Amino acid sequence: MPEPISTPDLANQFCKVVPKDAVLTRDEQLMPYECDALTAYRQLPRLALLPSSIEEIKAIVKICNEYQIPIVARGAGTSLSGGALPHKDGILLNLAKLSQILEIDTQNRTATVQPGVRNLAISEAAEPYGLYYAPDPSSQIACTIGGNIAENSGGVHCLKYGLTLHNILALKILTIEGEVLELGGKNLDSPGYDLLALMIGSEGMLGITLEVTVKLLPHPHDKKVMLAAFDDIQRAGDAVNGIISNGVIPAGLEMLDQLTIQATEMYCNPGYPSNAAAILICELDGFDEELETQVELVKEILNEHQAIEVRVAKDKQEAELLWLGRKASFPALGNLTPDYYCMDGTIPRKHLAHVLESISNLSKKHGLRVANVFHAGDGNLHPVILYDANISGELEIAEKLGGEILELCVTVGGTITGEHGVGVEKLNQMCVQFSEAEISTFHAIKAAFDEHELLNPGKAIPTLHRCAELGAMHVHQGKLPHPDLPRF
Amino acid sequence: MPNLSNEISNSIKDAYQKQQVLNISAGKTKQFYGRNINAKSLSLTEHAGIIEYEPTELYITARSGTPLAEIEQMVADHNQILPCEPPRFGDNATLGGTIACGLAGPRRVSAGNVRDCVLGTEIINGKGETLRFGGKVMKNVAGYDVSRLMCGALGTLGAIMSISIRLLPKPEKEETIAITIDCTTAIDKLNQWAKTPMPISASFYDGSELYIRLSSSESAIKACKKSIGGELINNHGSFWNGVKEQTHAFFKTDKPLWRISVPSNTRLLNINGDSVMEWNGALRWYSTNEDQKTVRTEAIKAGGHATLFKGGVTDQIFHPLPKVSFDLHKKLKQVFDPANILNPGKMFTEL
Repeated sequence: MPEPISTPDLANQFCKVVPKDAVLTRDEQLMPYECDALTAYRQLPRLALLPSSIEEIKAIVKICNEYQIPIVARGAGTSLSGGALPHKDGILLNLAKLSQILEIDTQNRTATVQPGVRNLAISEAAEPYGLYYAPDPSSQIACTIGGNIAENSGGVHCLKYGLTLHNILALKILTIEGEVLELGGKNLDSPGYDLLALMIGSEGMLGITLEVTVKLLPHPHDKKVMLAAFDDIQRAGDAVNGIISNGVIPAGLEMLDQLTIQATEMYCNPGYPSNAAAILICELDGFDEELETQVELVKEILNEHQAIEVRVAKDKQEAELLWLGRKASFPALGNLTPDYYCMDGTIPRKHLAHVLESISNLSKKHGLRVANVFHAGDGNLHPVILYDANISGELEIAEKLGGEILELCVTVGGTITGEHGVGVEKLNQMCVQFSEAEISTFHAIKAAFDEHELLNPGKAIPTLHRCAELGAMHVHQGKLPHPDLPRF
Repeated sequence: MPNLSNEISNSIKDAYQKQQVLNISAGKTKQFYGRNINAKSLSLTEHAGIIEYEPTELYITARSGTPLAEIEQMVADHNQILPCEPPRFGDNATLGGTIACGLAGPRRVSAGNVRDCVLGTEIINGKGETLRFGGKVMKNVAGYDVSRLMCGALGTLGAIMSISIRLLPKPEKEETIAITIDCTTAIDKLNQWAKTPMPISASFYDGSELYIRLSSSESAIKACKKSIGGELINNHGSFWNGVKEQTHAFFKTDKPLWRISVPSNTRLLNINGDSVMEWNGALRWYSTNEDQKTVRTEAIKAGGHATLFKGGVTDQIFHPLPKVSFDLHKKLKQVFDPANILNPGKMFTEL
């Protein structure tokens, strides 16, 4: 280990490689970085750095490697799992200044961009050529592509168009040793191990993204948005399965429960039927004639499942109105409560009704309201726990309730996080989902890339010690939690 | 069919202790792919059977030794398909071998690669430990994506025990049209069409004819046929099967067969020999006696890579990796297979 370096000395080192005003040292400069969108966790970094070139990043990483200083890279700070929470002994590396779109290759249908480019900005730049970047996390107006890579972000259209993973062609990664690792290309595969897949969703723990090449898609020929209301949430869940088992893959298929419907009606008045127990919003896209057939088929299925109302948006304005409530769900719920806590488990769709009922029971048990708004098509739930952080102990109850919801997702064969990442938030639930040998493998992969644990340390993978303390794992006999469940 | 996980795990534990290198295989239909290795055979053929299939959930979970044909039949009965349309290269092809080789078929351009449809795997690492990664739901970001790392790793990181695969509904209708066209125009056209939402699910250019498969509803196909032109072909199912399984006349060659992966809009490569093209131009096959340096240089110039797919005498099957990448490969191999006993040398000499 090198001699510890004082923070002022460290700042001086960085000032030699980046302009002085790109080295933030004072508390009031560091405050904006003390948390990401998961505000329950806060920590000031030692310093924050704002490099504006790859050369500057390389120089910063070299210094960090020399003095063994932890690095937390950050894009727009929209992570919902604390992925960009600073490390108390480390620096915060803000990549927002690297926001250049380097190339739109219209012939090969790719865009090459710097990590600080906003998700939506890619689609905006590709728009003149009739192309777009498909993954659309709800924060797409603000979130950066670098952050999307770290979290393997999803969005409302990933049922049909895939996650970040399915839409990235190439990455340029800076290793902690300061070497540039080029993965993938504009072609469709690469020799060797699929390090590109390994890097995506690795929560900034294996390398720092310097450059990203994404796949661009042509806009669908046309799209139709429909709404269906149900007086029973089970029927809504069955209708979702009905649509998919009939061979239809909607571009988006979202469900809102009663509490969310009422909240959005109060907030932005999208005209949802307020008497409904649940509504589905279904977006279909395709070629003219194909689309008409699908709309008719989906209507039929919805009616078969006793929808109390089915609406097809007549034009773009009506379609936008139907989406408006869904997209405003979180701020709308925010109006009902001083604080809320958004969960992110995924389950096999057939368990939808059972899981929603169990969530409702957990909500009663803990005395906190839970609203449900989620990507029904791919079984990705976003239960939203409403609480008041000013009431002593309520945050802890919300976290406990959230933890129990995630464990329920694992029990029915799902996962603790569909698209938000583990971050600092779901470390305990990782112990439930994975065995000791599996978690050890994750640590060994981390060590293969970053032996001294300098890149976003402490995130995503719990220590075995933590799991043992939680008692969630029966490490003595090597038995897994829930040994009766097949887990694949 | 039996679950032989314990037996296989014990075999690997035993080999780990004895430092006995193993050649993991199943249906042996893709033995030609990769480097030859001399090691004790560990067959996964008997570890077979579909574990779980729920059509409404759009996934299937099966043991690695399950015949690909059985899985494809099972999902076809429910009007579903494996999105990546993997080749079998023989009747005995298994799901495990398909994942380990990671080779996708004609539908690659519209439905993704083999790894794109992998949801989760159970593997046994080089110490005999059973590990499970991923799951059976499409959205899953808990832990590093180890299940996709197994795709195309040729069994060098673990023996794959079972896999959950995402499925897609079978297209309502498929038709194929053929257009007589020169190669440059074919590349231009393919890349122009790819910028439109036309439902092109496969393409093949044989040097004079461009074949385009459309997969959608009857009415949508009709509209697209009009704008593409060309003539409908008969028996198009067997045509695409010939492309996928390489029984098409082009592949009946005595010369080394190179698989060259390039950006789709790449112009004609400067390699002497016969060639065909798939994946909107992103996959080029060359049957050629050119030396490997020439072939690889051409591939690199185009921003791609070349694999000596069949034949030839070189020991270097896959494109050499840059040092920074190869060093990481070696470290990852250590993570999963510290005694270097699982298919060592199958991909690269030191791996």
